[in-house]
This record gives sequence, C-alpha cells and structure tokens, in this order.
Amino acid sequence: MTTTALENSAESGTAAAEARFAAAKKRAALRRRVLPVVGLVAMIALWAAVVHGFGVRPFVAPSPFVVVQTLVAKFAMLMDNLKWTALEAVLGFLLGNFVAIVAATLFVHFKSLEETFFPIVVLINTIPVVAKAPILVLLLGNGIEPKIAVAALICFFPTLVNMVRGLEAVSPQQLELMRVLSASKREVFLKLRLYNALPYLFSALKISASTATIGAIVGEWVSTTVGIGALIVQAMYAFDSALLYATVLVGSGFAFCFFLLITAIERMVVRWQAPTVT
Amino acid sequence: MAVATAPRSLPTPAVTCDGVTVRFVTDRRTVTAIESVSFAMEPGGFLSLLGPSGCGKSTLLRVIADLVPPTSGQVSVLGTSPEQARRNRAIGFVFQDAALLAWRTAIQNVELPLEVGGRRALPAGAPTPRELLKLVGLEGWENSYPHELSGGMRQRVSLARALLGAPTILLMDEPFGALDEFTRDRLNEELRRIWKETGTTILFVTHSVYEAAFLGEQVMVLAANPGRVREIVPVELPANRGLAIRESEPFNRLVTHLRGLLGPV
Repeated sequence: MTTTALENSAESGTAAAEARFAAAKKRAALRRRVLPVVGLVAMIALWAAVVHGFGVRPFVAPSPFVVVQTLVAKFAMLMDNLKWTALEAVLGFLLGNFVAIVAATLFVHFKSLEETFFPIVVLINTIPVVAKAPILVLLLGNGIEPKIAVAALICFFPTLVNMVRGLEAVSPQQLELMRVLSASKREVFLKLRLYNALPYLFSALKISASTATIGAIVGEWVSTTVGIGALIVQAMYAFDSALLYATVLVGSGFAFCFFLLITAIERMVVRWQAPTVT
Repeated sequence: MAVATAPRSLPTPAVTCDGVTVRFVTDRRTVTAIESVSFAMEPGGFLSLLGPSGCGKSTLLRVIADLVPPTSGQVSVLGTSPEQARRNRAIGFVFQDAALLAWRTAIQNVELPLEVGGRRALPAGAPTPRELLKLVGLEGWENSYPHELSGGMRQRVSLARALLGAPTILLMDEPFGALDEFTRDRLNEELRRIWKETGTTILFVTHSVYEAAFLGEQVMVLAANPGRVREIVPVELPANRGLAIRESEPFNRLVTHLRGLLGPV
C-alpha cells in the first residue's frame, strides 16, 4: 500500500517535472520568435515618433509610412534595378568564391605558391572597396563586368583564408591514419581535407553572400545608371529620401535572402556537426 | 585455447626490433626518444608496452607502423620492412583519440580502409564492416555520426575500423586513456575477448599498470630519458581472465613487480 502510494507520488512528481520542463521549453521558443519582432516594431515606432514628433523635413529623413508607400508605388522600378544588382552580386559571388577555392587548393598542395602569392593577396585586400571600384571601371569599362569584379574581389579574401585554414586544420592523428592506410595525396585531399574544410568554407560563404551585394552596389555607385547602387546615388542627389530608404531596404532585403539561401544549403550539406556552429 | 598455442608454431616473428634508436631534432636540442631498443614478439601474442610519459612507447609503436623512421637499427614486421607491412595492410592502428571522420557514420568510418590506398576488396573470409561493429558491441549504431556516440563508443568504432581486412598485427596507442574507469574496464575485458576470437597480434601502449597487467600476455616495461627497455615480464595469469582476477594474489604480485621496475616517479 505504502509503496504504491510512494510510487504514485513519485510518478506524479516526475509528470509534474516533465510538464514544467515542457512549459519552460515552449516559453523559450516563443520568446525567441516574439522578441526580435518586438524589437523591430519598437525601432520603427521610435523612428516614426522622432520624424513626426520633431517635424523632421521629408528631404532629411522620411517617415516609415512614406517609405512603405514608395516601396509599393515604385515596386516594379525597384525590382528592375534589383535585377541588375542581384545578377552582379550572384555572378561575383560565384566567380570570387570559385577562384578562392581553387587558389586555396593550390596553396595547400604547393606551399611555395602560398609563400609567393599570399602577401600580394593580403596587399590587395587592404585596398578599400571604394578605391578598388574606380580602378576596375577603368580596366573593365562601364558595363556589368567591373561590378562583378568588385563583388568577386570582396568574396575572394575571406573564402581563401577560411578554405586554407579548413584544408589544413586536420588532426595529426587523422593524417597518421591516412598514412597507415597508405592513402595517396589525392585521397587525403578528397576524403579528409575537403570535408574538413566544408564548415570553414560555409562560414566564409555566408559572409560573402552579404558582402557580394555590397560590392555590386559600390561598383554601381562609381558608374552606371541602373542597379540599386545607381538608384541610391540618384535618390540622394534628388533629395528623395523616401526612395533612398526604399532602395536601401530592397538592397539589404536581397542580401539577407541571399544569406538565408546559403544557410539553407549549408544545413543540407554539412549534416554531421552539432548545431552549435555559427 | 587453441589461439594461445597454435601460432607459436609459425616460423617468422610478428615484430622484431634490433637496436632501434629514434632521435628528434628540434630548434633547441636533439631529443632521444628511444635508445637501442631490441625485442622480438611472436605472432598471436599480446604485448603491453608500459612506461612513464616520455619513455618513447608511442614512438616505438609508430616506428613499427612506419609512421616514424628509425634513426638507426633494424625493424622487421612479419619478416618484411614496416613499409611493406603497411602497404600489405598487415597493420591496424588504434589512436589515442578515436580519429574518426566526423562526416561519416559509424559504418562509413569502418569502411574507410576499403576506399583509400587504392580501392581494395575485403580479403576472402574477413569479417564485413557490419560484422565488425557487432564484434565491438555496436550493433544498431551503424548509421550514427561520431558526435552522436559516447567516447567509449567512438573508440569501439575506431577498433572496428582497425580490424577491417583482418590485419595480422594491431597497434594500440593508449586507446582507452581518455575514457572513464567503468568504460575502460569493460573495453579491457572485451579487447581480451576480441584478441582471442580473432587471433590478432596486439601491441598495446598504456601508462596504467593495471591495464598493462590485465591485458598482456607479456608486459614490456620501458624507462624514460632516453626510452629503453627495462624488462619484459611474462604474465602468468589464466588466458580466460575476467576483471575479478585483479583481486587475486598473483595479479597483485605482478602489479607490485611492475611498479618496482617503473621505480620512484
């Protein structure tokens, strides 16, 4: 009798603890979803309050409502411009990262190549984007090419550095294992180094997704009449702050979606790691 | 029982070392890891290499596996050079950390030896990856990734991988050193069982006196600075031993003797 009573109370105690745990987990999940939205809404509200409360004039800063209006009214025009920027960013992303991956592979196989060319890579990386863009426009003309080149150059460096690090960061014991198995250099690369580098590569690709967009926009600043970058410059000179803000929103919205896409691909490819890596 | 006696009739020793010395040159100084080590080991044996850290026991294992070249001296593995033995896949190696590839499931890790070093087929009659995982007690875990396994389970996968292709010699470098005592005890018992089932020659590096005495048929005690053989002690315990033997009088005498050889630390 007493034992069953004890068991019952123990069971109900366990059930209560489990219920508490489930409730706490639910609250945490809800908080993760709700709080960012609260933050965003609060910021927009503050923005609207400042613009309306202090009577900020429209050519200095627009109210959020006007920005939304412009966004809707000029949506087709904005998308027409985004089309170009997106094309340049994506092509630049592909080109820059492809070259970086090839370079990293060569650097890891031929150390002397790395020692010869890495200082030059670092040097080029120290030139700010706004300085690279005019140089590339002179070299490549007024078309889409210099924008792709700027986007590619921006992507190149982080991917190269991360990829080299990932290819080289294999444990000594894993290398010894490969030697015990008499693996060739090629097999060590394909079966060990390449996989080991994938998480490193993706963290660089996620950075590249947003910086490639920045590169394309900076390229458009310097020359061109189409694209998000050109639109930003035009809106600024016309004191059309609402269009300026709407354009910026479209540009960063694209960069954000690009980033999300790469994150989704990463989840599909890198399945083996515990989900703590950012 | 058959395993204990039958291999003794084989002519070539599994491993012989003759005056093997290994020196490492660094910026500051040249370190002698091992100094004129000589011993011979018969096939089917189980030799524990016991010594304090810095006695070069891991280096000795790596010389046999052709991972470190000897500075001087002769090493012969199954009558050939270590390099030849490595190319013939006569050697399996279990590392201190399991050295599993994180992107491969347990069974894919065990299959790795079939995919590198020139694709090779499993020798006829050799156990399959699935059978090996069963042998090490991981039936049902084939499709788990290393991060889903405990430290002990990862080391079991690593053991199964080393056993793939039925190597004649298994080299183990403190494989259970990082595990908790319970897991270690259980794996020690299972390793004895696997040794008897497979007839593999095992060289096992450890710095635990108990582990060395429980596992080995012989214990080679090494001294440090430079690493050299102090004595090779035969283990006179029944072949069918369980963990309970560690409470017995002969076992304790052996442990005391080994401790004496290791000297004041």
